[in-house]
Amino acid sequence: MTQTAEISTDLAAFRAETRAWLEANCPAEMRRPMTSEDDVCWGGRNWTFASDAQRQWLERMGARGWTVPAWPREYGGGGLSGEQAKVLAQEQRALGCRAPLTSFGIWMLGPALMKFGSEAQKREHLPKIARGEIRWCQGYSEPNAGSDLASLQTRADDRGDHYIVNGQKIWTSYADKADWIFCLVRSESGAKKHTGISFVLFDMATPGVSTKPILLISGKSPFCETFFDNVRVEKANLVGTPGGGWDVAKYLLTHEREMIGSVGDRDIARPIGQVAAGLLGTDAQGRLADPLLRARIATFEVDEAAFRLTLERFVDQAKAGQASPAFSSALKYYGAELNKRRHELLISAGGSDALEWESDRSRQGFAARTWLRTKGNSIEGGTSEVQLNVIAKRILELPEA
Amino acid sequence: MALILTEEQTMLRDSARDFLADNAPISQLRQLRDSRDAIGFSRPLWQRFAEMGFTGILVPEAHGGMGLGHVEAGVVMEEIGRNLSASPFFASSVVAVTAIRHAGTDAQQAQWLPELAAGKRIATLAVDEHSKHRPDGIALRATKSGDGWRLDGSKTFVVDGHAADWLIVAARSAGGAGDAQGITLFLVPRDAAGVEVERVAMVDSRPTARIAFNGVALQASAVLGTVGAGAAALQAALDAGRAAAAAELLGLADAAFERTVAYLKERKQFGRLIGEFQGLQHRAAMLYVDIELARAAVLKAQQSLDADPAKAAAAVAVAKARAGTSATLAVQEAVQMHGGMGMTDEFDMGLFMKRARVLQELFGDADFHADRLALQRNY
Repeated sequence: MTQTAEISTDLAAFRAETRAWLEANCPAEMRRPMTSEDDVCWGGRNWTFASDAQRQWLERMGARGWTVPAWPREYGGGGLSGEQAKVLAQEQRALGCRAPLTSFGIWMLGPALMKFGSEAQKREHLPKIARGEIRWCQGYSEPNAGSDLASLQTRADDRGDHYIVNGQKIWTSYADKADWIFCLVRSESGAKKHTGISFVLFDMATPGVSTKPILLISGKSPFCETFFDNVRVEKANLVGTPGGGWDVAKYLLTHEREMIGSVGDRDIARPIGQVAAGLLGTDAQGRLADPLLRARIATFEVDEAAFRLTLERFVDQAKAGQASPAFSSALKYYGAELNKRRHELLISAGGSDALEWESDRSRQGFAARTWLRTKGNSIEGGTSEVQLNVIAKRILELPEA
Repeated sequence: MALILTEEQTMLRDSARDFLADNAPISQLRQLRDSRDAIGFSRPLWQRFAEMGFTGILVPEAHGGMGLGHVEAGVVMEEIGRNLSASPFFASSVVAVTAIRHAGTDAQQAQWLPELAAGKRIATLAVDEHSKHRPDGIALRATKSGDGWRLDGSKTFVVDGHAADWLIVAARSAGGAGDAQGITLFLVPRDAAGVEVERVAMVDSRPTARIAFNGVALQASAVLGTVGAGAAALQAALDAGRAAAAAELLGLADAAFERTVAYLKERKQFGRLIGEFQGLQHRAAMLYVDIELARAAVLKAQQSLDADPAKAAAAVAVAKARAGTSATLAVQEAVQMHGGMGMTDEFDMGLFMKRARVLQELFGDADFHADRLALQRNY
């Protein structure tokens, strides 16, 4: 038997075992589509499970390391190869299994720790992320450091074996629910803008940490302001080198951009044109009864289809080693702008019905709130303007001003 | 299938790139234009196309071709777009070959494809009858006459129609405008009695033809395939042409964009390189993303045609619409960012703008294809 044939036989066996295990262990309730944000399992010390099924599903998957299938076993992962992880994802999809755990630890901190963390830090934090025991939040933006993140002012004073942290973060998602924070602080006063920043981890229950939720134009949000008043952080919790936090942050932001870029590719299962046809009707030729809206929607759907193909192509290029890492800025920029267009069109199609704010009929103003929320897509994770700067400099290599 | 070129396709692209840059650069188009060349392309160049095998790229090996697909034809089209190369490759090697492969009987394919593959004959599709592409509204009449047929009507915007040996004419042999049944394709020699060809000089210096068919008498053997069943083959030929035109637009957009970015890095005003200005940087970055979207859409359309042409309509519509809008934006931004230079005839950018506009119109512009996508999606 050739080596390739052997692998594919092994993979087929793995697929069969995986399916059998999922059939036996994924509770029926966890195979139904999620209906709201409340169905997402974030885990953490203070997590209240929505049901026994949600708890069982997290525990079973966590015990196998399948919440993070491709992470090494010694860090709580499943130790699966890329091919096996793909099979697992396919089988989960085929059975309609919900994600057992959603977490910033998995898709943001984990990869950064894997690359920059010490062995002790990996052993301490990664398994707890994998099992959903600790919920993380990200402390990056500050009131005066948004797009210009490197101008952040939160101070960490060196006190020998520990730092004392003072300052304020903003737009900290789920800070009020998180157990720990990964945070950028200025540790080397007088150092250059990008070199004086350190990447530290600390418990949100440490004395001196407080949070305050932010109300958005769309209503309630997961965002918070986070305040640090003489917070003690052990030096063992510094990731990478003192003053080397910017490299960690940049690495992590690239992951964030790809995630947000993919918002252009989710969300609405039905093409908007069909949604609009359902609401507004069609003429004798089968064309949407509102010709100018139809033209805008059709143009949008052409762009949407091309964007999906661009995402697909980026993945294929990455696999072939042909992708430019800066291209994630192009995806983030276009995906965010596309999603804003999508929701403008949905509001146009919905008319005054889509502008209701409170009724059950409108699911508490779901369309209007979602539309307003998408305006943040081109601000969070690096504004569209910052992405265009990155493309201009790193891909087109235009001169610096 | 991965949305990237295979190693073989990359090699073909590289050889097409070198070949067209060496043998059919923009200066050749300029020379053809300035000398008011009657056919508007170089016969020796067409001979070299045949030697390279490009003329037979879509023709099966059994009929003397290379037996390759639309991705391969597309990489050649892209390089044609980069260099604004004038040749009947689009009309003859892509569109006409596809029409004959889909409609022709085995005997017809064996008779005609080797001639096209060898570049000895040039064929083109005559479909439009109106200034806008409306393939559902074909009215040119085919009437039964004894054992044969008689054609009456007219066609316009026939690419290379003034130079072609054979015209593949889409005619209505039954039914009324809009009916899917009743379309018949005929292979008509350009020199047949009753065929009147007017060579039309176009904005892009690539002549097309308006052709009148005044009681053109044809034998039954001129029917390509089956009487009344030409719609599917016509659709296949049009979609092949649309994907190819999209690839040409993409190559054209790439070339216009590369020249513009290079200019931003060398032109100084107010004591600075104009590429330092954020107003221009952002526009260049947006254009870059726009062209990348077109690139993915074009490759997908070509791969879809190779996989199953009957299921490729949506992918082709997306590609033609996207490539059309991206190239339009690319040439408009290019002229603007080159300033006064961009407006001069001496500088090449105007030639890109003119060609892009013709390619937009060819076989349906971005509006036509967005409308088509919407109809396919039931709204």
